[in-house]
Amino acid sequence: MATSSVAVAPIAALRGPERSQLRMALERFRAHRPAVLGVLVLSALAVLAAAAPIISPYDPDKTVLLSLYEPPSLGHPFGTDDLGRDLATRILYGGRVSLSIGLLAVSVAVTIGTLVGVTAGYYGRWIDSVLMRFVDMMYSFPRLFLLILFGVFFKGMTLPVIVIVLGLLSWMTTSRLVRATFLSLKQREFVEAARCVGASDRRIIFRHILPNALAPIIVAGTLGVAAAIITESTLSFLGLGIQPPTSSWGSMLNHATTDMNKAPWIAIFPGLFIFLAVVSINFIGDGLRDALDPRHVVRKA
Amino acid sequence: MGRYVVRRLIQALPILLAISVASFAIMKAMPGGPLAAYEGNPDFTEADRLRLEHAFGLDQPLPLQYISWLGSFVRLDWGYSFSSHQPVLALIGERLPNTLYLMGTVFVVVLLFAIPIGVMTAVKQYSVFDHVVTGTTFAFLSTPTFWLGLLLIILFGLQLRWLPLGGMQTLGAPFDLGDRLRHLILPVATIALVQMGSHVRYLRASMLETIGQDYMRTARAKGLQERVVVLRHALKNASIPLVTVIALDMPELFVGALVTEQIFGWPGMGRLFWDSATRADYPILQGILAVSSSLIVLANLVADVAYGYLDPRIRYS
Repeated sequence: MATSSVAVAPIAALRGPERSQLRMALERFRAHRPAVLGVLVLSALAVLAAAAPIISPYDPDKTVLLSLYEPPSLGHPFGTDDLGRDLATRILYGGRVSLSIGLLAVSVAVTIGTLVGVTAGYYGRWIDSVLMRFVDMMYSFPRLFLLILFGVFFKGMTLPVIVIVLGLLSWMTTSRLVRATFLSLKQREFVEAARCVGASDRRIIFRHILPNALAPIIVAGTLGVAAAIITESTLSFLGLGIQPPTSSWGSMLNHATTDMNKAPWIAIFPGLFIFLAVVSINFIGDGLRDALDPRHVVRKA
Repeated sequence: MGRYVVRRLIQALPILLAISVASFAIMKAMPGGPLAAYEGNPDFTEADRLRLEHAFGLDQPLPLQYISWLGSFVRLDWGYSFSSHQPVLALIGERLPNTLYLMGTVFVVVLLFAIPIGVMTAVKQYSVFDHVVTGTTFAFLSTPTFWLGLLLIILFGLQLRWLPLGGMQTLGAPFDLGDRLRHLILPVATIALVQMGSHVRYLRASMLETIGQDYMRTARAKGLQERVVVLRHALKNASIPLVTVIALDMPELFVGALVTEQIFGWPGMGRLFWDSATRADYPILQGILAVSSSLIVLANLVADVAYGYLDPRIRYS
C-alpha cells in the first residue's frame, strides 16, 4: 500500500499545474462575485422551501378566521393573508412550486430546442428552412397571449401541465443556438474524420458536435429558468396558472390587487421572493457566460 | 431600397400565413364554439344543431373552413363577438389605439432615457455612475412587470396619494391634458423600467465594442470634438444591434401592455384579450392574435430596413 502511494505521488505532482477546462471555468465563475452571491441566495431559497414543514409551525392552507389580514409581527414575519394563513409559510411552500416549475419547464424547453436545432442544423436544406420559419412564427406570437389561451383551455393548470406548456412555448432560443453550432461545425475536419472512420449520424451529432454547443445551452437554459419563473408567476397572478389549493409565488399575488389597500404586505412579500430568485438566477447565468465562454469576458478592470 | 422593402414584405407573407393557420387551429381546438350558447337548452334539438352547423359551414372539412375564414379575414370581415354581438373589428379598433398610445409612450420614454444612459455608462465605464446603472438595470430586468406595477400603485397611489390608481383619465371629467398625463405615469413607468434595462445593457455593450475601434482613434486624431466622436461615430454604429433588440422585444412590449392594462384598468387590447379569454369569445381572441402578431412581424421588417439604413455595408441583394 505504502509503496503504491509513493509511486503515485510524483505523477499527481506533475499533474498539479496543468489545469483542466472545467477547473478554469470554475475559477472564472468564482471570480464573478454577483454569480457566487446568486448561488448562495438561490441555494438558501431552495433549502428553505424544501425544509418548509420543519421551519414553519403553520399549515400553509388552513384558514384561520381569527387572524385575517394581520400585519407583519414576530409570530407572522410577513403577516397573514385574506384567509388568515401565515404568509411566510405560504411563501416557503410556494417556492417549491415556483422553483420546480422554472427548472422543469426549462428541461422540457432545452430538450425540444436541442432536438429541433440538431435536426435543422445537421440535416439542413428544406428541413432547416421549414423548421426555422416555424421558429420565426413562434417568435411572432406574444407568448403570454398563447399561455392565457392554454390557461382557459385547461381551466387553470396543474403543475405538470404548466411545465409542458411553458416548455412547448420557450424552446426557440435553444434551437437557434444549437442550429448555429451545427452549421458552423458540420463541415469541419474533425466531423469529416469521424465520418470517414464510419461513425453513425447519431454518434457524430451527440458525441462530436453537440458537446460544442453545451456552453451556450447552459447559459441560455439558466437564463430561461428565470424567464420561466417570471412567466409562470405572471400567468398565475392573472388567475390562469396554478390553481388552489396548490399555490406558487405568482398565484399568491392573485388577490393582491383587491387587498393592496388594507394589506400591502400580501402584494409585497411573495413578489419579493420572485425577484430574489430571478435576480439570483440571472446573476448565475451571467457568471456562467463569463466562465464558459472566455471570449465573452470584457468585464472587470 | 424600395425593392428591398417589397421583397421583405413578400418574405413576410409565408410567416403571416403560418400565423393564421396556427391561430385558426388553436381556436378550433378550444372548447366551446359558436354553438356553445345553445348547449343545455332543452329546445335545441340535434336537428337544430345540424341545421345551424350546415348554415355556418361548420360541417365542411377543416381546410375548406380555414380558406373561407381566411377569405373573410382578408376582406376585414372578422365576425362578431359571441358575448356582445358587436363586430370584432370595431371592438378591436376601439381598444387598439389605447394600447398603441400606452406602448408608443413607453417606446419614446425608453429611448429617451436608455440612449443617453447607455452612452454615458459606456463612456464612463467602471465609474460610480456605471456601476449604479448596471446594478439597477439588472434589478429591473429581474422584476416581474406585474409586481413592479403593484409596488408603484402601493407607493405612489395608495401611500403617497400622488397619482391615480388606474384608468386612462378621471371618469366623467372633461378632457384635461394634465389629468391624462397623470394617469399615464405609473403604467408607462411599469413597462418602461423593465424594458429600459435590456436596452441600456445592449447599448452599453455595443458602445464599448465600438469605442475600441480604430476609426474612433482616427476621428479623434483628425481633431473632431469628443461629442461628435461619441455621437456621430460611435453611437450610430453602436445603435445598429439596438434596432434588432427593440424589434425582438416587441412581443414583450405587448405582454407588458397586457399585464399593465390588467393592473391599471387600462381599456386597451390586452385587457380585451384577457376578458375575452375568460368568456371564451373566440372571434375577438383570433382577431387580437392576428393584429398583435402581424404588428410584431411588421416591427421586424421595419427593424431590417432600419438596419440597412444604419449600416450601408449591408447590401440589398
